[in-house]
Amino acid sequence: MEKFHSFDEIKRSLENRETDCKTIVQYYLNNIKTKAHLNAFVEVYEQSALAKAEEIDEKLASGKAGKLAGMVVGIKDVLCLTAHTVNASSKILEGFESQFTSTAVQRLIEEDAIIIGRLNCDEFGMGSSNENSVHGKVLNDADNTRVPGGSSGGSAVAVQANLCTTSLGTDTGGSVRQPAAFTGIVGIKPTYSRVSRHGLIAYASSFDTIGVFSRNIKDNALVLETIAGPDDYDSTVSRKSVPQYSTLLHFGKPVKIAYLKETIDSKALQPEIKEQTLSVLEKLKQEGHKIEEVNFPLLEYVLPTYYILTTAEASSNLSRFDGVKFGYRTPNAHNLESMYKLTRSEGFGEEVKRRIMLGTFVLSASYYDAYFTKAQKVRRLIKDFTEDLLNKYDYIIMPTTPSTAFKFGEHSNDPVAMYLEDMFTVQASVSGVPAISIPNGVDEKGLPIGLQIMANSYKEADLYAFANYLTASN
Amino acid sequence: MLSEDIKEKYELVIGLEVHAQLLTVSKMYNADSTEYGNMPNTNVSVITLGHPGTLPKVNKMAVEYAIKMGIACNGEITRHNIFARKNYFYPDLPKGYQITQDKGPICVGGHVPIFINGEQKSIALTRIHMEEDAGKSMHLAGEVDTLVDFNRAGVPLIEIVSEPDLRSSEEAYAFLVEIKKLVRYLDICDGNMEEGSLRCDANISIRKKGDTELGKKVEVKNMNSFRNVVRAIEHEFERQVQMMEDGIEIDSETRNFDGPTGTTSSLRSKENLNDYRYFPEPDLSPVVVSEEWLQAVKSEMPALPRELFDKFVNQYGLPDYDAGVLTDSKEIALFFEELCTKTDNYKAASNWMMGPVKSYLNELTLHISDFPIKPEQVAELIALIDDGKVNFSVASQKIYPELLRDKHKRPYQIAQDLNLIQESDEGSIKPIIESVIAENAAKVEEYKSGKKGLLGMFMGQVMKKSQGKADPKVASKILTELLGD
Repeated sequence: MEKFHSFDEIKRSLENRETDCKTIVQYYLNNIKTKAHLNAFVEVYEQSALAKAEEIDEKLASGKAGKLAGMVVGIKDVLCLTAHTVNASSKILEGFESQFTSTAVQRLIEEDAIIIGRLNCDEFGMGSSNENSVHGKVLNDADNTRVPGGSSGGSAVAVQANLCTTSLGTDTGGSVRQPAAFTGIVGIKPTYSRVSRHGLIAYASSFDTIGVFSRNIKDNALVLETIAGPDDYDSTVSRKSVPQYSTLLHFGKPVKIAYLKETIDSKALQPEIKEQTLSVLEKLKQEGHKIEEVNFPLLEYVLPTYYILTTAEASSNLSRFDGVKFGYRTPNAHNLESMYKLTRSEGFGEEVKRRIMLGTFVLSASYYDAYFTKAQKVRRLIKDFTEDLLNKYDYIIMPTTPSTAFKFGEHSNDPVAMYLEDMFTVQASVSGVPAISIPNGVDEKGLPIGLQIMANSYKEADLYAFANYLTASN
Repeated sequence: MLSEDIKEKYELVIGLEVHAQLLTVSKMYNADSTEYGNMPNTNVSVITLGHPGTLPKVNKMAVEYAIKMGIACNGEITRHNIFARKNYFYPDLPKGYQITQDKGPICVGGHVPIFINGEQKSIALTRIHMEEDAGKSMHLAGEVDTLVDFNRAGVPLIEIVSEPDLRSSEEAYAFLVEIKKLVRYLDICDGNMEEGSLRCDANISIRKKGDTELGKKVEVKNMNSFRNVVRAIEHEFERQVQMMEDGIEIDSETRNFDGPTGTTSSLRSKENLNDYRYFPEPDLSPVVVSEEWLQAVKSEMPALPRELFDKFVNQYGLPDYDAGVLTDSKEIALFFEELCTKTDNYKAASNWMMGPVKSYLNELTLHISDFPIKPEQVAELIALIDDGKVNFSVASQKIYPELLRDKHKRPYQIAQDLNLIQESDEGSIKPIIESVIAENAAKVEEYKSGKKGLLGMFMGQVMKKSQGKADPKVASKILTELLGD
């Protein structure tokens, strides 16, 4: 059977009556079975996806189908879908079924996208390798001995291995962009508050952003323009109207681009990634764009700021998992306190527990000002610096990650080394600005390299247009 | 027991924290009903229960109610309101944190006047902030497990925090009375302490009279009536004075009040205080109170008890006592206000309210909204008296009960039907007086020889013969004329 590389191809085939939705869904279901060893899906909605496909085929026949008819989407196991299990890859949500659908997923369904299943990830979105999951690790389809990145590893691999057309992930510090880089696909973290968080199981509320994985820019833009925008269920979501990104992909004029010296000169940066990044910059220069090196003296503070603030919020967000109302409850308790302690000790994984402990510590009365208050101030500095820079320059370019996909277990005994994986992605998360990772060649081992582009808040249209220009000319 | 001499050496210092449950139809951060008395766990959606993926949303009406209380207490309304999370584990707290306000409460400062023996004292407020209530844990007889009802979880509250300005249990009581009056006038809380819609914690300390530094405060919880607040304060005063006298250092701690014994016992000491790890709530964008919004709320403010009190005293010329009684309840005050638009005899109106009206309501434990008679009917009763048609005792004992029986009747009609209109016509009264004089010749002689006290006896005879209808003023005038002096 023909391979569907883009939603445009799918639409064309549907319009020409060469295929129908049921065939498309069947195609992906077959791929999922063939690639089951990747462990990307934790649940496949085979029956409901096929039923939905038939329904949409009828709609297509009568010309009443939504704009995503024929698109098959996988969703990260932190996004709620009514009457479906959602676990956030955690034992603590064992057997939990959501009673409502997240806004992002609902909007996809309303445009006739077909939700094909639930995708593996790091527990509560905490991790950079997808090794912290109650569902087990996800394998990178480029090299099965290597991690797919995290936390949205399953969402990345599902698109990489063509198990669905696009997928939704979430990005708190790089959880869409880093796995997109590791798997050689496109992944966007839009502006914070661009997409409603209603129905997204929180990790760190002031950072959490729903993002999109795709094989090309246009599909990505199409999904984001569908899920973004105001929502009555989320008072923090932006009220700004959403441009139709997928129709605004034309890029024509010369632009100003900054790259950060500290990222390019970072000792942690893998040489091939540095080369590939510099070669893109050189090419852009030759094409008439203005490229300038800029200092970012705050780079070393970005990760500590991120980890203090996200763990603080996480320690509070995860308090509701106490065994009282839903999810896992220990069978070993003898009183209320032991019920709390055992439920949470048994229900959460190591990394989640580590972050709850860290967050509780930085919020405690004796350390609050030294850590939480200070980190809030530094966050403001980083945000101001980044926004100022993006007022002077149209884009900031840097590698998405310091290295390509690493081996399983490589960082397991060193959480800080694992945290360093996010050193280039957290700046956009701390600042709230949008950032996209696009494929930028491969290293000596043939492992994908990602290029990250940042633009100012709500400039997703510019980001897509530029990314489209870069991928088309590569 | 401590002697009064010893107690005299110490001063009591009290600050109160009053929680008022707001009368909104929906919860503080979601659309679930706040209706009281429903089956357990029926006023609960996924948001109330803190299901993963749910987000709060601020109830605008609750913010307005809080602003109203802030204005009523003369505080400064915060324009940029930020919410905060107060983190602690308890089964009745679904999210593991309470969304409240920490830095930047809706109202900063302000004061509430209280009245003790006719003296006014101003009690400063620290703040008023908005927050959500918790659910209720229940321990049923025969059940091993604790049950939790989340209906109350998320119901809007305001917390009114006073400065340590109160110096006695009477002052604390008077402060609570004023707070209750205010929330009822504003119609933002039913003020019922027994049912928990008004709750109070007291921070109590003592110091030697003349000392300027505050002593270590003890927080007392679980006093579920005004009377228990008074009892708890009095008990704490005695307990703390005794400790001081015995040379025992007083610890900052939280104590529980026990109703049956009237005593307090330690709940937790300062070392074991919860660290609530407050931080700004990232799931809510700030609520900005614009000038327009503030003005709109201000324009909806009802008259407050203090304003009505001043009006009753200054404009209607009523004594402070009357004004105080009439403004005790908003509904009584409003009834009286309406009454005063229909009569100019304000003192008579006040007497009617404090006398016949209140005793009827008290006797049947009715609320003024259940009172069958309209203000204009009371005004007509007052007019009947003022016009000399009937006297007060006839009006209150004959016409008023008839009105209560049939609210559709008019007082004048009743007076006529029952033949109660006073005779003030000299022509009809004179023959009655003449016959009384004729029948009592001996007494007339005694009168004329100086026994002027007999006048009352003659008047009594006249009233009796006229069946009470003779206008006493007119009758007395004719009688003295005919008896001659």
